[in-house]
Amino acid sequence: MTRATLSAVLLAVLVLVALTAPWIAPHPPSSVVTGAFADPSAQAWLGGDSIGRDLFSRTLFGLRHTLGIALAVTVGAALLGITLALVAAIRRGWLDMVLGRLVDTLMAVPQIIFALMVLAVLGVSLPTLIGTMIVLETTLFFRVLRPAAGDVAAMDYLEVARLRGEGLAWTLRREVLPVLMPTVLAEIGIRFAFAALFISSLSFLGAGIQPPDADLGGLVRENALAITVGKLAPLVPAFVIALIAIAVNGVVDGFVRRHAIRPELLP
Amino acid sequence: MSEVLHVEGLRIEARGAPILDGIALSLQKGKVLGLIGESGAGKSTLGLAAIGYLKAGCAVTAGTVRLLGQDLGQQSPEALRALRRQRISYVAQSAAAAFNPFWRLERQVTELAVTPDRRALARDLFARLHLPEPEVFGRRYPHQVSGGQLQRAMIAMALANRPELVVFDEPTTALDVTTQVEVLAQIRQVVAEQGCAALYITHDLAVVAQMADDILVLRHGRMVEQGAVRQIVEAPRTEYARALVAHRSGSAPPEAAESAPLLAAVGLELGYGRKVIVQEVSLAVPRGQVLAIVGESGSGKTTVARALAGLIAPRTGSVRLEGRALAPLVEGRSAEDRRRLQFIHQLPDVALNPRHPLREIIGRPLTLFHGLSGAAFQTRLAALMADVELPVALLDRVPGALSGGQKQRVCIARALAAEPDLLICDEITSALDPLVEDGILALLQRLMQSRSLGIVFITHNLGLTRRFAHRVAVMERGRIVEEGATGTVFEAPAQPYTRRLLAAAPQMRAGWLTEAIGSLRPE
Amino acid sequence: MSRFSRYLMARIAASVLAIVAVSMIVFIGTALLPGDAAQAILGQEATPQALEELRNQLGLHLPLWQRYLAWVLAALQGDFGVSFSSGRPVIDLILPRLANSLILAGAGAAVTVPLAVGLGILSALYRDRWPDRAIGTISMLLLSLPTFLTGYLLIKIFAVELGWFPALSMVRRSTDLMGWIRALTLPVIALTFVASAHTMRLTRTAIVAILSSDYVMMAEIKGLSPARVILRHALPNALSPVISIAMLTFAYMIVGVVVIEVVFSYAGLGKLIIDAVGYRDLPMVAACGVVFSVVFVSLNLAADVLAMLANPRLRLAA
Repeated sequence: MTRATLSAVLLAVLVLVALTAPWIAPHPPSSVVTGAFADPSAQAWLGGDSIGRDLFSRTLFGLRHTLGIALAVTVGAALLGITLALVAAIRRGWLDMVLGRLVDTLMAVPQIIFALMVLAVLGVSLPTLIGTMIVLETTLFFRVLRPAAGDVAAMDYLEVARLRGEGLAWTLRREVLPVLMPTVLAEIGIRFAFAALFISSLSFLGAGIQPPDADLGGLVRENALAITVGKLAPLVPAFVIALIAIAVNGVVDGFVRRHAIRPELLP
Repeated sequence: MSEVLHVEGLRIEARGAPILDGIALSLQKGKVLGLIGESGAGKSTLGLAAIGYLKAGCAVTAGTVRLLGQDLGQQSPEALRALRRQRISYVAQSAAAAFNPFWRLERQVTELAVTPDRRALARDLFARLHLPEPEVFGRRYPHQVSGGQLQRAMIAMALANRPELVVFDEPTTALDVTTQVEVLAQIRQVVAEQGCAALYITHDLAVVAQMADDILVLRHGRMVEQGAVRQIVEAPRTEYARALVAHRSGSAPPEAAESAPLLAAVGLELGYGRKVIVQEVSLAVPRGQVLAIVGESGSGKTTVARALAGLIAPRTGSVRLEGRALAPLVEGRSAEDRRRLQFIHQLPDVALNPRHPLREIIGRPLTLFHGLSGAAFQTRLAALMADVELPVALLDRVPGALSGGQKQRVCIARALAAEPDLLICDEITSALDPLVEDGILALLQRLMQSRSLGIVFITHNLGLTRRFAHRVAVMERGRIVEEGATGTVFEAPAQPYTRRLLAAAPQMRAGWLTEAIGSLRPE
Repeated sequence: MSRFSRYLMARIAASVLAIVAVSMIVFIGTALLPGDAAQAILGQEATPQALEELRNQLGLHLPLWQRYLAWVLAALQGDFGVSFSSGRPVIDLILPRLANSLILAGAGAAVTVPLAVGLGILSALYRDRWPDRAIGTISMLLLSLPTFLTGYLLIKIFAVELGWFPALSMVRRSTDLMGWIRALTLPVIALTFVASAHTMRLTRTAIVAILSSDYVMMAEIKGLSPARVILRHALPNALSPVISIAMLTFAYMIVGVVVIEVVFSYAGLGKLIIDAVGYRDLPMVAACGVVFSVVFVSLNLAADVLAMLANPRLRLAA
């Protein structure tokens, strides 16, 4: 099996587990079933967390949260970012300039700092969290796809479409998007992996999902103290996050090689 | 006389597929051998193999190359490099890309020289090539000098190691005709002075006729014909060589009777931002005729074509179709006007959407302008393919599967699908090989007559203009300096610029280059 | 004015604009908050008189733009107000933390840049052969590792199991050099893991573009030795992109330290802003955010300017 296939299988398993978490988890995520940081047992396969809840069950639900948020953010940002990038590349003029400046300004602030500031001011809630991440991810979509769309917009076949009198929507849908599709798909994959890592970092820092719910990053935070006494509790959810990113990056990598997308557009 | 280069039975493969096969040639000291052929013929590969350099992925699988008495196949990599450092030079097609942007010219030009006084050597070389201010020219970086000067600096670099063989790989292809004449004359002069042998690679038979003693015609990696220049030019033995020679000759189309203009431009002034590019341009083209707009790069000819099509709005003046003023921009024009004027781009590679099958590319104007669908659509599509001499089977292919000439035919079919009255062709054959160009021009001529189309043909190629256009407008720095029937303008040019341009257009007859230089250099 | 100085001016103006925009967003965000600074400082039980008094003192009655100007003017003089949580001037808390973060990021960059640029160059020189593939796979794995996983793994192995380094990287003013080295080693390794992947990829792309250029082929055709082709014709042109990549790596480190500092309980600016977010200590959050942005923007600016200076095509007019 190639690396891309392996990655795809891994990703499919992760998604399946996330979808079926309520049915396959041995315990409800918030019930205390064993001792704090208890060792793995038949009762709790991966041991207990900081207050004795089942780490395995909580990791399944954490995976669900992480993938869910990453998906919501990626879908929202992709729709917004791709549309803005394409329209800006075709229409140019003031809209392109304003968006370009705005993205440059947003990119001038480190993303995690921007998110922390916004969340500190607005307070942490699921909508503000997702909204903030969508804003940031949209700028990243725009930054990659605007130049790519600009390259397509400079092609003479778009001039041919203009001379024929085609409308903006037709031009975007029929002339630009098909050409950009491989880049767009690869970028969606990259942004999804990034979103999963980003929400994990925010939750790890305490600015993400709030207790008692926990995504994978939140689980790392809850159990961080255990590491100093030699327990592996925080490493389990952290490792699952790595699996998500490895699976998605592996799929993207294979896709990029197959479609010979210009590698400089990728992370 | 001693033999400098001897190639026998040479075969070069890249990933199992032959690029060159059965090549045999011999080059004596003091002689110039011209290598001619279309793109993909293997000219550059042969030129590089002759000096012991193979591009990545290429391998010699048969035959020998003897250079200056040494069998290159038997040499170590370092011995090959030493040979190239000390006794061989190479002049690349694009000097702008082949010079290292990080170092000053002087340093690069004298890199291989053994003399201790590099500055003096650089000064001498620059002076020999008539570069401006040879004392300080070498202090500049490559991006600080013009394309023609850079090409001459590259020739200077080639002379720095006193080579016994120089390979010239299309050294003037990227230059304007008037600059080209200068550079050609200098190459000929320095090769004679140096007394070295040269391989001169080009796709232009007229250029090679001026530069070489012998010619080797290559096609698809094989030798088609080899002989003395005069023999090839005057009595080619193979059909391919005959076609190449014939491409250069041919007479102007008969002047058609005066008739009412189909499309006219009146007093156009064009520009971008504050910059004025075109001034006071007026022209007219009737049905069934070709108007060529000729000029060098930067003359504004393409800008005029874009204004006619409505891609840029004129500052002043207007474009008229059968006497009626058209909206300045295509967005303001009616569907009917958009249909009647069709524009064909220079590079079919970027004028065709790589994701669309031909059925979609050619079919879109049929649905958009004529509302065709179903059987009528399919019939029309097949007829258009027949018109441009493409097999119907290609309809479901994407452009990537086609050759350059086929792609340009698809662009023409797409334009024809609209049933236009006028075609605006922007250098549509400049990226094509000569014989492919002939095919496209013949096609256009036939279509023009059968549909009584008017054609505006933008080009820098005077030979093509002479064979193809009824009328010609000569542009220089944004203005039309001369306009008239092609025959009249070419036989008796009234303006000095037109005379210069005509003098600079390469011809095959012996002695042309000497004459051209004489008439172009101010006394 | 030369093209270069014009570019420099434009680039500086854009950077200043970005920082102004950030400060505005931060300020307006904090000002529009339900409940104001006076409430935040005095708490829910404060008497209305006390609140009113403090509001006057803080100038909360003035129009928004006047308050913004006053805030900016004060910030330019180093006065970012008083921390809600500790009552001390924000600037006094920030400066030592900023120094610690710069030390960590600087140490990280000093290790990462030579290592990752070297591997990137290696990868490009051996492109599509096994060293390139190996480096590519490693960099993809590194890109996929969350920072805290690397951090905790290092702690687990080198602090808890082997006991070579402390699990928590505590530093104070009295810490000696050995203490600093012990405290910084694990965080710097973690930072290197986080940042090298990007640096390697960027370097590889830049070098591959140079190696496949016509002028490198020309140098080979001229018969120069492979070493000379690489050293004299390829690498000088890599100077500009590599300088830029090095500065960007440093900028990336500045951001990367946030999570690292939390993992290792290192007393830097990242830990400070996280704690401030926890307490909703807004003057502190705003000040940290602005300082982070200024450092980040300055490094990006430096990357562009240095890269331009190292490239004759950009430095000198045509």
